[in-house]
Amino acid sequence: MRYLPLTPEDRTSMLRRIGAPDIDALFADVPADKLLQELPDLPRRKSELEVERTLSRMAARNVAAGSVPFFVGAGAYRHHVPASVDHLIQRSEFLTSYTPYQPEIAQGTLQMLFEFQTQVANLTGMEVANSSMYDGSTGCAEAVLMAHRITRRKKAVLSGGLHPHYAEVVRTLSRMAGDDVMTMAPDVLAGEDMLACIDKTVSCVVVQTPDVFGNLRDLNALAAKCHENGALLIAVFTEAVSLGLIEPPGAMGADIVVGEGQSIGNALNFGGPYVGLFATRQKYVRQMPGRLAGQTLDANFERGFVLTLSTREQHIRREKATSNICTNSGLCALAFSIHMTLLGESGLRTLARVNHANAVKLADMLARVPGVEVLNETFFNEFTIRVKGDAGQLVERLAAQGILAGVPVSRLLPRAGFDDLLLIASTETNTDEDRAALVAALSSQLAH
Amino acid sequence: MLNNQGRPTGAGESAPAYNRKTFTGNRALQTREALIFEIGRPEVSGIDIDEPEAFTPRLGALARKTPLDLPGLSEPETMRHYVRLSQKNYAIDAGLYPLGSCTMKHNPRLNEKLARLPGFADVHPLQPTSTVQGALELIEVLSGWLMELTGAHAVAMSPKAGAHGELCGMMAIKAALAARGEGSTRKVVLVPDSAHGTNPATAALIGFEVRAIPAREDGTVSAQAVREACGPDVAAIMLTNPNTCGLFEPEVVEIAAAIHEAGGYFYCDGANFNAIVGKVRPVDLGVDAMHINLHKTFSTPHGGGGPGAGPVVLSEALAPFAPAPFLRRMGADLEILTLVEETGDGAAFGRLTAFHGQMGMFVRALSYMMSHGSDGLRQASEDAVLNANYVRVGLGDVMSAPFGDRPCMHEALFDDNWLKGTGVTTLDFAKAMIDEGYHPMTMYFPLVVSGAMLIEPTESESRASVDLFIMTLRDLTFSVRRGELERFSGAPYYAPRRRLDETRAARQPILRWTPPAPIIEDEAAE
Ligand SMILES: Cc1ncc(COP(=O)(O)O)c(C=O)c1O
Repeated sequence: MRYLPLTPEDRTSMLRRIGAPDIDALFADVPADKLLQELPDLPRRKSELEVERTLSRMAARNVAAGSVPFFVGAGAYRHHVPASVDHLIQRSEFLTSYTPYQPEIAQGTLQMLFEFQTQVANLTGMEVANSSMYDGSTGCAEAVLMAHRITRRKKAVLSGGLHPHYAEVVRTLSRMAGDDVMTMAPDVLAGEDMLACIDKTVSCVVVQTPDVFGNLRDLNALAAKCHENGALLIAVFTEAVSLGLIEPPGAMGADIVVGEGQSIGNALNFGGPYVGLFATRQKYVRQMPGRLAGQTLDANFERGFVLTLSTREQHIRREKATSNICTNSGLCALAFSIHMTLLGESGLRTLARVNHANAVKLADMLARVPGVEVLNETFFNEFTIRVKGDAGQLVERLAAQGILAGVPVSRLLPRAGFDDLLLIASTETNTDEDRAALVAALSSQLAH
Repeated sequence: MLNNQGRPTGAGESAPAYNRKTFTGNRALQTREALIFEIGRPEVSGIDIDEPEAFTPRLGALARKTPLDLPGLSEPETMRHYVRLSQKNYAIDAGLYPLGSCTMKHNPRLNEKLARLPGFADVHPLQPTSTVQGALELIEVLSGWLMELTGAHAVAMSPKAGAHGELCGMMAIKAALAARGEGSTRKVVLVPDSAHGTNPATAALIGFEVRAIPAREDGTVSAQAVREACGPDVAAIMLTNPNTCGLFEPEVVEIAAAIHEAGGYFYCDGANFNAIVGKVRPVDLGVDAMHINLHKTFSTPHGGGGPGAGPVVLSEALAPFAPAPFLRRMGADLEILTLVEETGDGAAFGRLTAFHGQMGMFVRALSYMMSHGSDGLRQASEDAVLNANYVRVGLGDVMSAPFGDRPCMHEALFDDNWLKGTGVTTLDFAKAMIDEGYHPMTMYFPLVVSGAMLIEPTESESRASVDLFIMTLRDLTFSVRRGELERFSGAPYYAPRRRLDETRAARQPILRWTPPAPIIEDEAAE
């Protein structure tokens, strides 16, 4: 087997050195009747060529986003990732190292994480960020738990514009932990009155902007009402590129900002791995989940970086830890950080404007299609349309024509009465031809 | 000697010790690297993208006014920054990485290549399922392998890492108890002292109370102790097997019986499954739920801290209590079911994450598993156990093993008894390994052993590599005994950084870069 360096002779002589008659002598603690005599009922080893052939065949059965006009978003977005990003993250020293437990030989990872934390803090307008969560949705649930710890209250109020998967993750964890959650009704037009739900029993309010339907939310009034009542405002985003163009939650009074960082540096990957961004105010840092890289000095007084404030974490605090997270999304954070470094402030602003411009152009085109109504007043690169008939079936028909048109709201909120709503995202990857193809196909489908 | 251009070609007459500081602070290939915030500029970009034509924004009053303060670098500068950073990292590709419990085995590049096929990497989780049948097929096939190797009835694929898998498994247990009407009475989870910190942290996260079970003198858990700790308030035991001392729990079947008799469930921390793949199936031992760290056992790369993937296999008893979404075969097609009532069992406990798990890791893991096949997977486990025992025997006479000379599984555990009175600590010893070109072993874990050193060589090491490792550690132990304290107390000497001050980092946390304060001339002093 090509990955196993020991030879049969090595094995024999090593067993002799150990003093074991055979390999199973080393498995003597396994109950004899449980030790498998036969090999598992699975195929035998395969050459590299054979494995590649088998998996390539599976890959070929999927429609890759880049091969068609593609407008799917709702929490994961297709952006162009520069070639250098993927090259750099595949360097052995990044790819095949562990969590930086030995800082003297992990300064590459630690400095990168320190830079990542600063980028995330600046992007979100917050003071500190951690070195990543699994993804936006789990980060969101962790933010709610953190708010409960800080406020010593147990009730979260979730906006109806929060991505339904995120809301479900929060509800699942809260139910299991015995905490209260109140979820506002799904709110396509962002008209919900969250202010009315905030009182002195509320631990936190969770609002997404742009929300799942694409609307931008002004958080200032919510933040003020939260703070009057001793509650925290948790702001969520699923499209990190939007922060290049819209006011960051940190500037609108948010106490914790969590979001999905996939958009920058990371591929769609059919849902994972992604990278959760998590930022907060300095005063709450000791209640934060996850790992933190911090600056220090070495014995020669040279600047260096270490994992720090680990007394919050499971390996020190065990059942009193702020979270159980251990492995996070380090390499995805690296991809994010490299892409962000390549973009820089000017590149990010331009990228964000191009996204917005493309979405505006598409929205204007769609608004002229009979049978389509664009619902959003405001949006960044994704908006909601109402179509004549069932959006899910429409998307299927368009897929059959080779156009991936968007996410039917019923996919996220089944049987909730949103069958005619469709989320449409447009990023810098869409061309005029893509837009023309979508508009033409929609027009002809809706004309029937 | 001179060559025919008169250039000296020898190594120099004598090479005196030289310790002059360089102008740059670099030392040949060891370079200093500033932060991007010190070398980048906001107006620079490594990406060419044109401004859009004029249009009317739809941002309402929410256009960004707050500065971004994000430095940019051109592409060559970016390459250099990250390549230089990478050169300050140790990696499995560069050397033996004996981090016990973490399983730093070889990461085949085939897996990286396949995970990047557009049919896997460039596919959106919410595309119509008719356009992702191959991705769903891959998940189905991988699930089949995991169930066959563990004897399980079902597997939850969405957990993002081991700890997330623990959460998944404990939630399934909570849901099963609630379905029995015992959700509020069974509150206690038994966790041995030797458990990884994620176990008690997970249990506490969802409101369980942790009751510790002491390990025996020999590092294992006795069924008797479990039986005594069991009562009508017990929900489950969380037991690692093979355990964190690198030992297979000899009474695991009796422990499973004890917890089941008491009406509880058996959660197994499967972080060490890599020792027993193809040798024994955990569900045959009585396990009800177990996470599998694909980033350990099945070799998806750790990436400096993640991402991982932590699928949870479930016994027949727990199979109905899995999280959404469910994957179902409907004739020729695979479907993703998210609604609880559609799963058919009516018991899905909710959702752990957006979308459906770490697809990128699934591709890598399946590629690894298919490459090995049933024969190779078993051989890998056997080789991992063989290498660990070879290390155990090779060091047993010069270091102290807390549990005598009994065989271990995939990792060999030593304590610091042999260091007592020498002035050298486990930490010093570990740091001296760095100077010898090795990543240290896991230290101070498990907590039940004083100054623990947990060595996991994995099956990826050749005999020559393990021999050199053993000889190096033996040499270090002789040095300890000769009282050569300097080799340890100041180590590492040759790493990119000397020992770092963690106390300082925690006392005055600096968690982000901030612009240096401007230097203000003090006029009064003039
Ligand atoms: C024994 C044990 N349990 C659980 C975990 C947690 O796994 P993960 O880091 O994938 O969350 C680890 C690894 O760190 C471990 O070694």
